[in-house]
Amino acid sequence: MHELSITQSILNIALSSAENEHAKKINKIKITLGEMTGCVPQYIQEYFDIVSEGTIAHGAKLEFDSIPASAKCLDCGAETRLIRFRFRCEHCGSQKLKIVSGREFLVDSIDIDD
Amino acid sequence: MEIKVVHQIMEWNEDHSDEIKAKLREKRVCLVNIMGSPGAGKTSVITSVIKAMSDKFKIGVIEGDIAGRIDAEHMKRLGVPVVQLNTDGACHIEAMSIENILPDFDLDELDVIFVENIGNLVCPAEFNIGESFRVALLSIPEGDDKVEKYPLMFQTTDALILNKYDMIEYFDFDAERVIRGAKEINPDIDVFKVSNKTGAGLSEFTAWLGGRIEESINA
Repeated sequence: MHELSITQSILNIALSSAENEHAKKINKIKITLGEMTGCVPQYIQEYFDIVSEGTIAHGAKLEFDSIPASAKCLDCGAETRLIRFRFRCEHCGSQKLKIVSGREFLVDSIDIDD
Repeated sequence: MEIKVVHQIMEWNEDHSDEIKAKLREKRVCLVNIMGSPGAGKTSVITSVIKAMSDKFKIGVIEGDIAGRIDAEHMKRLGVPVVQLNTDGACHIEAMSIENILPDFDLDELDVIFVENIGNLVCPAEFNIGESFRVALLSIPEGDDKVEKYPLMFQTTDALILNKYDMIEYFDFDAERVIRGAKEINPDIDVFKVSNKTGAGLSEFTAWLGGRIEESINA
């Protein structure tokens, strides 16, 4: 259900960027989505089709680029994947990690007709 | 034609959250975001905390519910300022709602505001509401698989209360599994085994809470 307010934000960001470009239509919105955010892309597209009605973004396809969760180990210095949120270095087992990716959630670009 | 945008989607919420933080820092008020499933015991634990700590801190409460005023009416009887926040169907509280109701409190007369979030292990974890720190509740009857199923909630909280701990002998609840799982995704998490009904474990939790509140209002 929280996807609804997030979808509204995506629409607002896309519309205001399109307006700056005097676009007539938004065809595609590229979204960067980190693995460690809790959003469900399918729901967002469904909500988007509803909330975008009557705007130049109606019918736009949302494309999600998923970013794997990873961290830098503060003990051994290695970069490690965080699988299923598990906070442990794959190489040395340390739990002293600094997250480097996986929390991204942004509108990366839009494809427009002008 | 492709146009580069690069705009944070959660920015609208983060901006409000930052504004609340700045305002509360100036007023030296701590905001605690309390989360957990419906029935985990959020209202009851907050009630106990108010009784245990009201001689030390000036406390206010924001009661988040989808509808109704049951919890707020209950809290009012404790003699603390309470504001009911109805989300009218939404599954979580957003920072803007907190910002809108802060003027209902006299912030000069408060040390801490407890926010009882909507009963839900999913969405509230995604939204910062200007809190100083978070407390999550998980009650024994809910089962010991919740950390694996709802990782974001347990990864982003500062403390975890295993509530209704007096029920542990009636349920197949492996507390060590929960604690191990929580520490795997959140090494700094503090875990408290509490029975709000018998009072067991509450003093350990309130000691921790008091320390964190002091830390936050003196920061």
